[in-house]
Amino acid sequence: MADKKLMKGNEAFAEAAIRAGCDAYFGYPITPQSEVMEYLAAQQPHLRTGMVLLQAESEVAAINMVYGAAGTGKKVMTSSSSPGISLKQEGISYLAGSQLPCLILNVMRGGPGLGTIQPSQSDYFQATKGGGHGDYRMIVLAPASVQEMADFVKLGFELAFKYRNPVMMLSDGIIGQMMEKVEMFEQMPRATEFDQRWVTTGKTPDRERNVITSLDLDPARHERHNQKLQAKYQLMRENEVRFETIACDDAEYLFVAYGSSARICQKSVKLAREKGIKAGLLRPITLFPFPYDEIDRLTKQLKGILTVELSAGQMIEDVKLATEGRVKVALHNRMGGMVPSPEEVLDALITHFSI
Amino acid sequence: MNEEIIIAGFGGQGVLSMGKILAYGGMMQQMEVSWMPSYGPEMRGGTANVTVILSDERISSPILNRFDTAIILNQQSMDKFESCVKPGGVLIYDPNGITREPQRKDINIYRVEAASEASKMVTSKTFNMIVLGAYLKIKPVISIENILQGLKDSLPARHHHLIPVNEDAIKRGMEIVTTVETHGYASPS
Repeated sequence: MADKKLMKGNEAFAEAAIRAGCDAYFGYPITPQSEVMEYLAAQQPHLRTGMVLLQAESEVAAINMVYGAAGTGKKVMTSSSSPGISLKQEGISYLAGSQLPCLILNVMRGGPGLGTIQPSQSDYFQATKGGGHGDYRMIVLAPASVQEMADFVKLGFELAFKYRNPVMMLSDGIIGQMMEKVEMFEQMPRATEFDQRWVTTGKTPDRERNVITSLDLDPARHERHNQKLQAKYQLMRENEVRFETIACDDAEYLFVAYGSSARICQKSVKLAREKGIKAGLLRPITLFPFPYDEIDRLTKQLKGILTVELSAGQMIEDVKLATEGRVKVALHNRMGGMVPSPEEVLDALITHFSI
Repeated sequence: MNEEIIIAGFGGQGVLSMGKILAYGGMMQQMEVSWMPSYGPEMRGGTANVTVILSDERISSPILNRFDTAIILNQQSMDKFESCVKPGGVLIYDPNGITREPQRKDINIYRVEAASEASKMVTSKTFNMIVLGAYLKIKPVISIENILQGLKDSLPARHHHLIPVNEDAIKRGMEIVTTVETHGYASPS
Protein backbone atom coordinates (compact mmCIF):
# COMPACT_ATOMS: atom_id res chain seq x y z
CA MET A 1 0.00 0.00 0.00
CA ALA A 2 1.28 3.41 -0.87
CA ASP A 3 2.18 5.79 1.89
CA LYS A 4 -0.80 7.69 3.29
CA LYS A 5 -0.33 11.27 4.36
CA LEU A 6 -2.41 13.64 6.43
CA MET A 7 -3.00 16.72 4.29
CA LYS A 8 -5.32 19.66 3.83
CA GLY A 9 -7.46 19.57 0.71
CA ASN A 10 -5.61 22.57 -0.69
CA GLU A 11 -2.23 20.93 -0.07
CA ALA A 12 -3.36 17.66 -1.62
CA PHE A 13 -4.47 19.58 -4.73
CA ALA A 14 -1.08 21.28 -4.96
CA GLU A 15 0.91 18.07 -4.47
CA ALA A 16 -1.28 16.34 -7.06
CA ALA A 17 -0.57 19.16 -9.51
CA ILE A 18 3.17 18.53 -9.32
CA ARG A 19 2.66 14.77 -9.59
CA ALA A 20 0.25 15.04 -12.53
CA GLY A 21 3.07 16.58 -14.54
CA CYS A 22 1.59 20.05 -14.54
CA ASP A 23 3.80 22.51 -16.45
CA ALA A 24 2.71 25.74 -14.83
CA TYR A 25 0.56 27.22 -12.10
CA PHE A 26 -0.46 30.88 -12.24
CA GLY A 27 -2.41 32.31 -9.33
CA TYR A 28 -3.09 35.04 -6.87
CA PRO A 29 -3.66 34.34 -3.15
CA ILE A 30 -7.10 34.43 -1.55
CA THR A 31 -8.59 32.71 1.52
CA PRO A 32 -9.61 29.87 1.77
CA GLN A 33 -7.26 28.48 -0.89
CA SER A 34 -3.99 30.27 -0.15
CA GLU A 35 -2.36 26.99 0.93
CA VAL A 36 -2.26 25.93 -2.73
CA MET A 37 0.42 28.45 -3.63
CA GLU A 38 2.05 28.28 -0.19
CA TYR A 39 2.47 24.53 -0.54
CA LEU A 40 3.75 24.80 -4.10
CA ALA A 41 6.27 27.47 -3.11
CA ALA A 42 7.57 25.35 -0.23
CA GLN A 43 7.94 22.36 -2.57
CA GLN A 44 10.02 24.31 -5.10
CA PRO A 45 8.41 22.55 -8.08
CA HIS A 46 10.99 24.07 -10.46
CA LEU A 47 13.50 21.75 -8.76
CA ARG A 48 11.20 18.73 -8.50
CA THR A 49 9.81 18.62 -12.05
CA GLY A 50 10.65 21.91 -13.70
CA MET A 51 7.09 23.14 -13.17
CA VAL A 52 6.64 26.92 -13.26
CA LEU A 53 5.02 28.55 -10.22
CA LEU A 54 4.12 32.19 -10.69
CA GLN A 55 2.23 34.60 -8.47
CA ALA A 56 0.58 36.94 -10.93
CA GLU A 57 -0.24 40.59 -10.23
CA SER A 58 -3.96 39.80 -10.22
CA GLU A 59 -6.48 37.06 -10.96
CA VAL A 60 -7.11 38.57 -14.40
CA ALA A 61 -3.41 38.33 -15.21
CA ALA A 62 -3.26 34.76 -13.92
CA ILE A 63 -6.08 33.47 -16.13
CA ASN A 64 -4.59 35.19 -19.18
CA MET A 65 -1.24 33.58 -18.42
CA VAL A 66 -3.13 30.28 -18.37
CA TYR A 67 -4.56 31.16 -21.81
CA GLY A 68 -1.13 31.87 -23.23
CA ALA A 69 0.58 28.82 -21.77
CA ALA A 70 -2.34 26.50 -22.66
CA GLY A 71 -1.97 27.63 -26.28
CA THR A 72 1.42 25.91 -26.39
CA GLY A 73 -0.18 22.60 -25.41
CA LYS A 74 1.19 22.66 -21.86
CA LYS A 75 -0.68 21.37 -18.81
CA VAL A 76 -1.53 24.54 -16.93
CA MET A 77 -3.73 25.49 -14.03
CA THR A 78 -4.91 28.24 -11.76
CA SER A 79 -6.86 28.34 -8.52
CA SER A 80 -8.79 30.92 -6.58
CA SER A 81 -11.87 31.42 -4.45
CA SER A 82 -15.22 32.89 -5.41
CA PRO A 83 -14.43 36.64 -5.83
CA GLY A 84 -11.21 35.74 -7.66
CA ILE A 85 -13.03 33.25 -9.89
CA SER A 86 -15.48 36.02 -10.85
CA LEU A 87 -12.51 38.08 -12.01
CA LYS A 88 -11.34 35.16 -14.16
CA GLN A 89 -14.64 34.75 -16.03
CA GLU A 90 -13.66 36.71 -19.12
CA GLY A 91 -10.52 34.59 -19.49
CA ILE A 92 -12.48 31.36 -18.97
CA SER A 93 -14.92 32.32 -21.74
CA TYR A 94 -11.95 32.99 -24.06
CA LEU A 95 -10.33 29.66 -23.10
CA ALA A 96 -13.58 27.85 -23.89
CA GLY A 97 -14.07 29.76 -27.14
CA SER A 98 -10.50 29.03 -28.22
CA GLN A 99 -10.82 25.38 -27.12
CA LEU A 100 -7.88 25.43 -24.76
CA PRO A 101 -7.38 22.77 -22.07
CA CYS A 102 -6.69 23.87 -18.50
CA LEU A 103 -7.64 23.11 -14.92
CA ILE A 104 -9.25 25.75 -12.69
CA LEU A 105 -9.91 25.22 -8.98
CA ASN A 106 -12.56 27.24 -7.14
CA VAL A 107 -12.48 26.81 -3.36
CA MET A 108 -15.83 28.51 -2.83
CA ARG A 109 -16.54 31.02 -0.10
CA GLY A 110 -19.70 32.95 0.68
CA GLY A 111 -20.82 35.77 -1.61
CA PRO A 112 -22.02 37.91 -3.23
CA GLY A 113 -19.24 40.46 -3.50
CA LEU A 114 -16.33 39.95 -1.15
CA GLY A 115 -18.82 38.12 1.06
CA THR A 116 -17.09 36.02 3.68
CA ILE A 117 -14.15 33.66 3.88
CA GLN A 118 -16.29 30.84 5.26
CA PRO A 119 -17.39 27.90 3.07
CA SER A 120 -20.21 28.15 0.56
CA GLN A 121 -21.54 26.53 -2.61
CA SER A 122 -23.10 29.58 -4.15
CA ASP A 123 -21.05 29.51 -7.38
CA TYR A 124 -22.90 26.49 -8.82
CA PHE A 125 -24.72 28.51 -11.49
CA GLN A 126 -21.50 30.32 -12.42
CA ALA A 127 -19.58 27.06 -12.81
CA THR A 128 -22.19 24.89 -14.53
CA LYS A 129 -24.17 27.32 -16.65
CA GLY A 130 -21.28 29.38 -18.01
CA GLY A 131 -20.06 32.19 -15.76
CA GLY A 132 -18.63 34.20 -18.62
CA HIS A 133 -20.40 35.29 -21.80
CA GLY A 134 -21.31 33.10 -24.73
CA ASP A 135 -22.63 29.57 -25.11
CA TYR A 136 -19.95 27.50 -23.43
CA ARG A 137 -19.65 24.76 -20.84
CA MET A 138 -16.91 23.39 -18.66
CA ILE A 139 -16.71 19.94 -17.16
CA VAL A 140 -17.20 20.62 -13.44
CA LEU A 141 -15.83 18.13 -10.91
CA ALA A 142 -17.00 18.36 -7.28
CA PRO A 143 -14.55 16.77 -4.82
CA ALA A 144 -16.03 15.68 -1.49
CA SER A 145 -12.83 14.56 0.24
CA VAL A 146 -9.15 15.41 0.45
CA GLN A 147 -8.47 12.25 -1.57
CA GLU A 148 -10.64 13.57 -4.40
CA MET A 149 -8.89 16.96 -4.22
CA ALA A 150 -5.81 15.00 -5.34
CA ASP A 151 -7.37 12.44 -7.68
CA PHE A 152 -9.47 14.96 -9.61
CA VAL A 153 -6.36 16.90 -10.62
CA LYS A 154 -5.22 13.92 -12.67
CA LEU A 155 -8.74 13.24 -13.94
CA GLY A 156 -9.30 16.94 -14.63
CA PHE A 157 -6.24 17.21 -16.85
CA GLU A 158 -7.20 14.02 -18.72
CA LEU A 159 -10.66 15.42 -19.45
CA ALA A 160 -9.34 18.88 -20.31
CA PHE A 161 -7.07 17.41 -22.99
CA LYS A 162 -9.62 14.84 -24.17
CA TYR A 163 -12.08 17.62 -25.02
CA ARG A 164 -9.66 20.56 -25.38
CA ASN A 165 -11.75 22.44 -22.88
CA PRO A 166 -11.32 24.10 -19.48
CA VAL A 167 -12.20 21.83 -16.55
CA MET A 168 -13.21 23.29 -13.21
CA MET A 169 -12.86 21.65 -9.80
CA LEU A 170 -15.62 23.16 -7.68
CA SER A 171 -14.59 22.75 -4.06
CA ASP A 172 -15.29 24.80 -0.95
CA GLY A 173 -13.70 26.10 2.24
CA ILE A 174 -14.48 22.90 4.13
CA ILE A 175 -12.85 20.51 1.68
CA GLY A 176 -9.97 22.92 1.13
CA GLN A 177 -9.20 23.48 4.80
CA MET A 178 -9.86 20.07 6.32
CA MET A 179 -7.18 17.43 6.76
CA GLU A 180 -7.73 13.77 5.94
CA LYS A 181 -5.65 10.80 4.94
CA VAL A 182 -4.66 10.87 1.33
CA GLU A 183 -2.90 8.35 -0.87
CA MET A 184 -1.00 10.10 -3.64
CA PHE A 185 -0.60 8.73 -7.12
CA GLU A 186 2.93 8.28 -8.44
CA GLN A 187 4.83 11.11 -10.09
CA MET A 188 3.93 11.38 -13.78
CA PRO A 189 6.39 12.83 -16.29
CA ARG A 190 5.71 16.24 -17.83
CA ALA A 191 4.72 15.96 -21.46
CA THR A 192 7.41 16.49 -24.07
CA GLU A 193 5.32 16.03 -27.21
CA PHE A 194 2.35 18.18 -28.10
CA ASP A 195 -0.61 17.79 -30.43
CA GLN A 196 0.61 19.52 -33.59
CA ARG A 197 -2.95 19.85 -34.92
CA TRP A 198 -3.59 22.87 -32.71
CA VAL A 199 -0.61 23.97 -30.59
CA THR A 200 1.21 27.21 -31.29
CA THR A 201 4.76 26.10 -30.65
CA GLY A 202 6.12 27.39 -33.95
CA LYS A 203 5.06 26.28 -37.43
CA THR A 204 6.89 23.28 -38.81
CA PRO A 205 7.26 22.92 -42.62
CA ASP A 206 4.98 19.86 -42.78
CA ARG A 207 1.80 21.48 -41.47
CA GLU A 208 -0.50 24.49 -41.80
CA ARG A 209 -0.22 27.42 -39.42
CA ASN A 210 -2.23 26.88 -36.21
CA VAL A 211 -4.30 29.82 -35.06
CA ILE A 212 -5.72 30.11 -31.57
CA THR A 213 -8.42 32.72 -31.24
CA SER A 214 -11.99 33.08 -30.09
CA LEU A 215 -12.69 35.85 -32.61
CA ASP A 216 -14.37 35.21 -35.96
CA LEU A 217 -16.14 38.06 -37.74
CA ASP A 218 -17.73 35.77 -40.35
CA PRO A 219 -21.10 34.86 -38.79
CA ALA A 220 -21.65 31.71 -40.88
CA ARG A 221 -18.25 30.36 -39.97
CA HIS A 222 -18.74 31.41 -36.36
CA GLU A 223 -22.08 29.60 -36.21
CA ARG A 224 -20.33 26.43 -37.41
CA HIS A 225 -17.74 26.96 -34.66
CA ASN A 226 -20.53 27.24 -32.09
CA GLN A 227 -22.19 24.10 -33.45
CA LYS A 228 -18.88 22.28 -33.12
CA LEU A 229 -18.58 23.42 -29.50
CA GLN A 230 -22.14 22.32 -28.75
CA ALA A 231 -21.47 18.90 -30.29
CA LYS A 232 -18.47 18.60 -27.99
CA TYR A 233 -20.56 19.51 -24.93
CA GLN A 234 -23.08 16.88 -26.03
CA LEU A 235 -20.30 14.28 -26.10
CA MET A 236 -19.42 15.28 -22.54
CA ARG A 237 -23.06 14.77 -21.51
CA GLU A 238 -23.03 11.30 -23.07
CA ASN A 239 -19.67 10.14 -21.75
CA GLU A 240 -18.62 11.95 -18.61
CA VAL A 241 -21.49 11.81 -16.10
CA ARG A 242 -20.13 10.70 -12.74
CA PHE A 243 -21.95 10.26 -9.44
CA GLU A 244 -21.95 8.20 -6.24
CA THR A 245 -25.01 6.65 -4.64
CA ILE A 246 -25.18 5.64 -0.97
CA ALA A 247 -28.02 3.49 0.40
CA CYS A 248 -30.20 4.19 -2.64
CA ASP A 249 -31.37 0.64 -3.44
CA ASP A 250 -34.42 0.70 -1.16
CA ALA A 251 -34.51 4.47 -0.56
CA GLU A 252 -37.88 6.21 -0.28
CA TYR A 253 -36.32 9.60 0.39
CA LEU A 254 -33.28 10.92 -1.37
CA PHE A 255 -30.75 13.57 -0.41
CA VAL A 256 -29.05 15.15 -3.39
CA ALA A 257 -25.89 17.02 -2.42
CA TYR A 258 -22.35 17.52 -3.68
CA GLY A 259 -18.99 18.34 -2.08
CA SER A 260 -19.00 19.14 1.63
CA SER A 261 -22.83 19.06 1.76
CA ALA A 262 -22.71 15.46 0.56
CA ARG A 263 -20.41 14.58 3.46
CA ILE A 264 -22.90 16.09 5.91
CA CYS A 265 -25.75 14.20 4.21
CA GLN A 266 -23.86 10.89 4.51
CA LYS A 267 -24.20 11.25 8.25
CA SER A 268 -27.85 12.32 7.90
CA VAL A 269 -28.50 9.09 5.94
CA LYS A 270 -27.02 7.09 8.80
CA LEU A 271 -29.10 8.98 11.39
CA ALA A 272 -32.24 8.53 9.26
CA ARG A 273 -31.68 4.79 8.90
CA GLU A 274 -31.28 4.51 12.70
CA LYS A 275 -34.77 6.00 12.97
CA GLY A 276 -36.14 3.58 10.38
CA ILE A 277 -36.42 6.21 7.63
CA LYS A 278 -35.31 4.77 4.30
CA ALA A 279 -33.07 7.59 3.13
CA GLY A 280 -30.32 7.51 0.53
CA LEU A 281 -27.85 9.95 -0.96
CA LEU A 282 -27.06 10.78 -4.55
CA ARG A 283 -23.83 12.73 -4.83
CA PRO A 284 -23.16 14.25 -8.24
CA ILE A 285 -19.41 14.07 -8.87
CA THR A 286 -19.72 15.91 -12.17
CA LEU A 287 -22.01 18.96 -11.88
CA PHE A 288 -21.68 19.44 -15.61
CA PRO A 289 -22.61 17.04 -17.05
CA PHE A 290 -25.28 16.57 -14.38
CA PRO A 291 -26.60 13.06 -13.54
CA TYR A 292 -30.15 13.76 -14.77
CA ASP A 293 -30.71 10.16 -15.89
CA GLU A 294 -29.85 8.59 -12.55
CA ILE A 295 -32.14 10.97 -10.66
CA ASP A 296 -34.85 10.27 -13.26
CA ARG A 297 -34.39 6.54 -12.70
CA LEU A 298 -34.54 6.86 -8.90
CA THR A 299 -37.58 9.15 -9.02
CA LYS A 300 -39.87 6.18 -9.68
CA GLN A 301 -39.20 4.70 -6.21
CA LEU A 302 -39.10 7.97 -4.23
CA LYS A 303 -41.57 9.80 -2.00
CA GLY A 304 -39.44 12.92 -1.83
CA ILE A 305 -36.10 14.51 -2.61
CA LEU A 306 -34.25 16.99 -0.41
CA THR A 307 -31.42 18.90 -2.02
CA VAL A 308 -28.93 20.23 0.50
CA GLU A 309 -26.81 23.17 -0.55
CA LEU A 310 -24.70 25.95 0.93
CA SER A 311 -26.50 28.40 -1.36
CA ALA A 312 -29.94 29.92 -1.86
CA GLY A 313 -30.80 26.82 -3.91
CA GLN A 314 -29.01 26.48 -7.24
CA MET A 315 -28.48 22.76 -7.96
CA ILE A 316 -32.13 22.19 -7.02
CA GLU A 317 -33.07 23.58 -10.46
CA ASP A 318 -31.22 20.71 -12.15
CA VAL A 319 -32.77 18.19 -9.77
CA LYS A 320 -36.22 19.54 -10.70
CA LEU A 321 -35.38 19.27 -14.39
CA ALA A 322 -34.52 15.61 -13.82
CA THR A 323 -37.71 14.79 -11.90
CA GLU A 324 -40.04 16.76 -14.19
CA GLY A 325 -42.49 17.34 -11.34
CA ARG A 326 -43.09 13.65 -10.63
CA VAL A 327 -41.88 13.87 -7.05
CA LYS A 328 -41.71 16.73 -4.55
CA VAL A 329 -38.27 18.33 -4.43
CA ALA A 330 -37.50 20.44 -1.38
CA LEU A 331 -34.46 22.43 -0.35
CA HIS A 332 -32.51 22.67 2.86
CA ASN A 333 -29.86 25.32 2.67
CA ARG A 334 -27.57 27.58 4.64
CA MET A 335 -25.90 30.68 3.27
CA GLY A 336 -23.18 33.21 3.92
CA GLY A 337 -20.67 30.73 5.33
CA MET A 338 -23.01 28.88 7.70
CA VAL A 339 -23.04 25.08 7.53
CA PRO A 340 -25.90 22.77 8.58
CA SER A 341 -25.37 19.90 10.99
CA PRO A 342 -26.35 16.34 10.00
CA GLU A 343 -29.20 16.45 12.59
CA GLU A 344 -30.49 19.72 11.14
CA VAL A 345 -30.57 18.18 7.65
CA LEU A 346 -32.48 15.14 8.92
CA ASP A 347 -34.98 17.36 10.76
CA ALA A 348 -35.53 19.25 7.49
CA LEU A 349 -36.26 15.99 5.66
CA ILE A 350 -38.76 14.95 8.33
CA THR A 351 -40.47 18.36 8.31
CA HIS A 352 -40.64 18.80 4.52
CA PHE A 353 -42.14 15.37 3.91
CA SER A 354 -44.14 15.02 7.17
CA ILE A 355 -42.39 11.71 7.92
CA MET B 1 -14.63 2.91 17.54
CA ASN B 2 -15.86 6.35 16.65
CA GLU B 3 -14.67 9.33 18.68
CA GLU B 4 -15.89 12.81 17.80
CA ILE B 5 -13.94 15.57 19.54
CA ILE B 6 -14.10 19.35 19.64
CA ILE B 7 -11.12 21.25 21.01
CA ALA B 8 -11.83 24.93 21.59
CA GLY B 9 -9.94 27.83 23.09
CA PHE B 10 -8.04 30.98 22.17
CA GLY B 11 -5.91 31.29 19.05
CA GLY B 12 -2.31 30.68 20.11
CA GLN B 13 -3.11 28.08 22.76
CA GLY B 14 -2.16 25.30 20.38
CA VAL B 15 -5.69 24.08 19.83
CA LEU B 16 -5.20 23.32 16.13
CA SER B 17 -1.83 21.60 16.62
CA MET B 18 -3.19 19.49 19.46
CA GLY B 19 -5.91 18.30 17.10
CA LYS B 20 -3.33 17.65 14.43
CA ILE B 21 -1.24 15.47 16.75
CA LEU B 22 -4.36 13.49 17.68
CA ALA B 23 -5.15 13.00 13.99
CA TYR B 24 -1.59 11.90 13.19
CA GLY B 25 -1.71 9.53 16.18
CA GLY B 26 -4.98 8.08 14.89
CA MET B 27 -3.39 7.51 11.50
CA MET B 28 -0.54 5.60 13.15
CA GLN B 29 -3.23 3.32 14.58
CA GLN B 30 -4.72 2.71 11.12
CA MET B 31 -7.84 4.74 11.96
CA GLU B 32 -9.77 6.96 9.59
CA VAL B 33 -9.26 10.56 10.69
CA SER B 34 -10.53 14.02 9.87
CA TRP B 35 -9.36 17.41 11.16
CA MET B 36 -11.58 20.39 10.44
CA PRO B 37 -10.37 23.73 11.81
CA SER B 38 -12.20 26.96 12.28
CA TYR B 39 -10.26 29.13 9.89
CA GLY B 40 -10.34 32.81 9.20
CA PRO B 41 -10.64 35.50 11.87
CA GLU B 42 -10.07 32.87 14.56
CA MET B 43 -6.60 32.20 13.22
CA ARG B 44 -5.81 35.87 13.64
CA GLY B 45 -6.50 35.92 17.41
CA GLY B 46 -9.79 35.35 19.17
CA THR B 47 -11.36 31.95 19.56
CA ALA B 48 -10.17 28.91 17.63
CA ASN B 49 -11.57 25.42 17.46
CA VAL B 50 -11.01 22.18 15.64
CA THR B 51 -13.18 19.11 15.13
CA VAL B 52 -11.24 15.85 15.11
CA ILE B 53 -12.90 12.54 14.25
CA LEU B 54 -11.17 9.22 14.86
CA SER B 55 -12.99 6.21 13.50
CA ASP B 56 -12.70 2.62 12.34
CA GLU B 57 -15.07 3.44 9.48
CA ARG B 58 -15.13 5.89 6.60
CA ILE B 59 -15.90 9.31 8.06
CA SER B 60 -19.04 11.02 6.84
CA SER B 61 -19.52 14.59 8.00
CA PRO B 62 -16.35 16.39 9.10
CA ILE B 63 -18.58 19.06 10.64
CA LEU B 64 -20.67 18.19 13.68
CA ASN B 65 -22.67 19.90 16.37
CA ARG B 66 -22.69 17.05 18.90
CA PHE B 67 -19.51 15.55 20.30
CA ASP B 68 -18.35 12.59 22.37
CA THR B 69 -15.71 14.79 23.93
CA ALA B 70 -15.32 18.55 24.30
CA ILE B 71 -11.98 19.98 25.42
CA ILE B 72 -12.66 23.54 26.50
CA LEU B 73 -9.97 26.10 27.18
CA ASN B 74 -11.77 29.43 27.58
CA GLN B 75 -15.09 30.85 28.72
CA GLN B 76 -16.40 31.66 25.24
CA SER B 77 -15.89 28.04 24.24
CA MET B 78 -17.58 26.83 27.43
CA ASP B 79 -20.62 28.97 26.57
CA LYS B 80 -20.66 27.65 23.02
CA PHE B 81 -19.80 23.96 23.40
CA GLU B 82 -20.89 22.73 26.85
CA SER B 83 -24.36 22.05 25.47
CA CYS B 84 -22.91 20.18 22.46
CA VAL B 85 -21.54 17.24 24.47
CA LYS B 86 -23.64 14.11 23.93
CA PRO B 87 -25.36 12.87 27.11
CA GLY B 88 -22.91 10.51 28.80
CA GLY B 89 -20.05 12.22 26.96
CA VAL B 90 -16.90 13.82 28.30
CA LEU B 91 -16.02 17.46 28.96
CA ILE B 92 -12.47 18.36 29.93
CA TYR B 93 -11.65 21.95 30.83
CA ASP B 94 -8.95 24.16 32.24
CA PRO B 95 -10.42 26.35 35.00
CA ASN B 96 -7.97 29.13 34.16
CA GLY B 97 -10.08 32.05 32.93
CA ILE B 98 -13.34 30.18 33.46
CA THR B 99 -15.88 32.37 35.23
CA ARG B 100 -18.80 29.97 34.98
CA GLU B 101 -18.12 26.34 35.79
CA PRO B 102 -19.85 23.70 33.63
CA GLN B 103 -23.40 23.05 34.79
CA ARG B 104 -24.40 19.81 33.05
CA LYS B 105 -25.33 16.84 35.23
CA ASP B 106 -25.68 14.27 32.45
CA ILE B 107 -22.07 14.24 31.27
CA ASN B 108 -18.66 13.38 32.70
CA ILE B 109 -16.62 16.43 33.65
CA TYR B 110 -12.89 16.60 34.28
CA ARG B 111 -10.57 19.48 35.19
CA VAL B 112 -6.97 19.93 34.21
CA GLU B 113 -5.06 22.94 35.55
CA ALA B 114 -2.91 23.02 32.45
CA ALA B 115 -2.16 26.75 32.29
CA SER B 116 -0.96 26.86 35.87
CA GLU B 117 1.06 23.66 35.41
CA ALA B 118 2.58 24.85 32.13
CA SER B 119 3.94 27.97 33.84
CA LYS B 120 6.05 25.67 36.07
CA MET B 121 7.49 23.68 33.17
CA VAL B 122 10.56 24.30 31.02
CA THR B 123 8.42 26.14 28.50
CA SER B 124 4.81 27.24 28.95
CA LYS B 125 4.24 26.34 25.29
CA THR B 126 3.68 22.76 26.45
CA PHE B 127 0.24 23.88 27.68
CA ASN B 128 -1.61 22.04 24.93
CA MET B 129 0.35 18.84 25.54
CA ILE B 130 -0.66 18.88 29.21
CA VAL B 131 -4.28 19.13 28.05
CA LEU B 132 -3.67 16.32 25.55
CA GLY B 133 -2.26 14.17 28.37
CA ALA B 134 -5.40 14.78 30.41
CA TYR B 135 -7.54 13.72 27.45
CA LEU B 136 -5.50 10.55 26.83
CA LYS B 137 -5.79 9.62 30.50
CA ILE B 138 -9.59 9.90 30.36
CA LYS B 139 -9.93 8.44 26.87
CA PRO B 140 -6.95 6.28 25.98
CA VAL B 141 -8.07 5.93 22.36
CA ILE B 142 -4.52 6.38 21.07
CA SER B 143 -1.38 4.90 22.60
CA ILE B 144 1.30 7.24 23.86
CA GLU B 145 3.78 5.69 21.37
CA ASN B 146 1.55 6.62 18.47
CA ILE B 147 1.00 10.12 19.85
CA LEU B 148 4.77 10.61 20.04
CA GLN B 149 5.11 9.31 16.50
CA GLY B 150 2.36 11.75 15.49
CA LEU B 151 4.24 14.55 17.21
CA LYS B 152 7.36 13.64 15.27
CA ASP B 153 5.47 13.64 11.97
CA SER B 154 3.68 16.92 12.60
CA LEU B 155 6.70 18.88 13.86
CA PRO B 156 9.39 20.14 11.52
CA ALA B 157 12.71 18.34 12.09
CA ARG B 158 14.28 21.45 13.63
CA HIS B 159 11.86 21.14 16.56
CA HIS B 160 12.38 17.43 17.18
CA HIS B 161 14.65 18.13 20.18
CA LEU B 162 11.51 19.41 21.94
CA ILE B 163 9.77 16.04 21.77
CA PRO B 164 10.99 14.86 25.22
CA VAL B 165 9.70 18.10 26.79
CA ASN B 166 6.33 17.48 25.16
CA GLU B 167 6.33 13.87 26.33
CA ASP B 168 6.92 15.08 29.91
CA ALA B 169 4.03 17.50 29.53
CA ILE B 170 1.68 14.77 28.28
CA LYS B 171 2.62 12.60 31.28
CA ARG B 172 2.14 15.54 33.65
CA GLY B 173 -1.33 16.12 32.21
CA MET B 174 -2.18 12.47 32.83
CA GLU B 175 -1.18 12.90 36.49
CA ILE B 176 -2.98 16.13 37.30
CA VAL B 177 -6.39 15.60 35.66
CA THR B 178 -9.16 15.39 38.26
CA THR B 179 -12.74 14.21 38.16
CA VAL B 180 -15.47 16.77 38.79
CA GLU B 181 -18.59 14.87 37.84
CA THR B 182 -19.16 11.39 36.47
CA HIS B 183 -22.22 10.17 34.78
CA GLY B 184 -22.06 6.80 33.13
CA TYR B 185 -18.47 6.92 31.95
CA ALA B 186 -15.76 5.09 33.84
CA SER B 187 -12.39 6.34 32.73
CA PRO B 188 -9.58 3.82 33.16
CA SER B 189 -7.64 4.62 36.32
